Amino acid sequence: MTSEEKLLEARPTIIQSEKGGTSIPQPEADQGRLARTLVTAAAPAGFFVLFMAGWYLVSYVIMTPRRRFLMPPPHEIIAEGFGKSDNLIQILTGLWQTTRVAFLGLVIAIAIGLVLATLMSQARWIENSVYPYAVVLQTVPIIALVPLIGLWFDYNFQARVIVSVIISLFPIITNTLFGLRSADSSHHDLFTLHGATRMTRLRKLMIPGSVPAMFTGFRISAGLSVIGAIVSDFFFRQGAPGIGRLLDIYRLNIQMEMLYVAIFWSSMLGVVMFWGFGMAGNLLTRKWHDASLAGG
Amino acid sequence: MADTRHDAVDTSAPVLQFRGVTKVFPDGTHALSDITFDVRRGEFVSIVGPSGCGKSTILRIASGLLPASRGDVNLADDNIGYVFQDATLLPWRTVRKNVELFGELHKVDKEELTRIAQDAIDLVGLTDFEDHHPRRLSGGMKMRVSLARSLTLNPGLFLFDEPFGALDEITRERLNEELLNLFLSENFGAVFITHSLYEAVYLSTRVIAMSPRPGRLIQEFEVPFKYPRRPELRFEPEFAELTGRVSAALRGGSQ
Repeated sequence: MTSEEKLLEARPTIIQSEKGGTSIPQPEADQGRLARTLVTAAAPAGFFVLFMAGWYLVSYVIMTPRRRFLMPPPHEIIAEGFGKSDNLIQILTGLWQTTRVAFLGLVIAIAIGLVLATLMSQARWIENSVYPYAVVLQTVPIIALVPLIGLWFDYNFQARVIVSVIISLFPIITNTLFGLRSADSSHHDLFTLHGATRMTRLRKLMIPGSVPAMFTGFRISAGLSVIGAIVSDFFFRQGAPGIGRLLDIYRLNIQMEMLYVAIFWSSMLGVVMFWGFGMAGNLLTRKWHDASLAGG
Repeated sequence: MADTRHDAVDTSAPVLQFRGVTKVFPDGTHALSDITFDVRRGEFVSIVGPSGCGKSTILRIASGLLPASRGDVNLADDNIGYVFQDATLLPWRTVRKNVELFGELHKVDKEELTRIAQDAIDLVGLTDFEDHHPRRLSGGMKMRVSLARSLTLNPGLFLFDEPFGALDEITRERLNEELLNLFLSENFGAVFITHSLYEAVYLSTRVIAMSPRPGRLIQEFEVPFKYPRRPELRFEPEFAELTGRVSAALRGGSQ
């Protein structure tokens, strides 16, 4: 087997996706890439080791045994959160609840945001009438709205989704609108010269050009939708418990290990959502867009 | 204004006619003043002049992107090729899909369009680059894609707005050759805006010198050299003499 065949076997997705034929990676280039990957992986790994060492230092050296419960050492947290099946089921159930809220909230926010941004890109008067309210929605502290939304919608799943939508809508509108407006005037001239209709212009020029900015908005909103799901859950204190509710319960019961575990899972949810949209955006635009999105 | 125009190869109606065209922008900028000229098929007309003399405005008016304030503009056919200084490719489309764009906008039959696009790509020498995205092309190659895109509709008139202005000298000279070959094979009429007097004289059947704002036509120069033109033409005394006269006219008009 030649080295090139090995490469083909090792990295089928990359080879398949580049039809150009001129860009089959050379072994040297591949080694360079491997080295870079190692370096980029080594840096966070090194930081992780330092962080853990620091944690143990605080737990065992700085904290007196009486106060150690405030910052239990990592292995105890792992034993409590991952070793005991009751705890694990409880937290995964909560995580699933929160994930559903965040994901549905994000999907709805994306749908509303894309429609609004597209309408706003078509006429100034629509932008002028919608934009101020989008800003207000963004600037009102969401915490202030949570009790009201809870009262209106009976503190249930729906109410949580609504909070999640409200909090994640704005970045989708602004980034998509920015993207739709990003086409050069000379591109617009071309479409004008060739008699393009408004629809054609939108479909063939504005929307494809907006994809990178659109996905930047999705990524930001993905993180926000998780925050919305957790915050509403935390404040409602009713309905099927998600991570937010569990955070509160663990705090009240002084289950410190589980509190850390809940923080871990809720962060993971945000990271995965953020990363997922980063990857999706990259896959869609990496062939033509220079500034590949980070976080892939 | 001395009218030195001779009867062009094609004696039929002009593909583009400007009659006393004046342009004043809403902000009061007086861009063009009383512009009159014709372009026929088989004629290559370059317009030279100082920055801001309204050269590009002439093309925008000719194409219908801008209305004239006064005067008449006649286009024999709406089908025109307009090539900007920037290649204006859509970065998310491959070379092939970029070349197919205008055909798509004019609802050309799909199979037909694939064939036309391939012909245009071959004609500008981009065979085997069909599936590349613009990001991976050099400036000169992007400009070829832009030319190929306009060629698909086989326009009778081409408007060139400093298409090679951003390219290096060597690429520019090579594209000059290729453009002349296209001009000879496709026999379109062309209006070519440039800052380079050498480029203007080398390419054109006629060179028009313009004054600074408000842009007026100072003088027209017939270019007597026969096509096909050899690159060495640029270094011959007759070429230098004519270029010198255009330059002198521009300097006279600047005072």
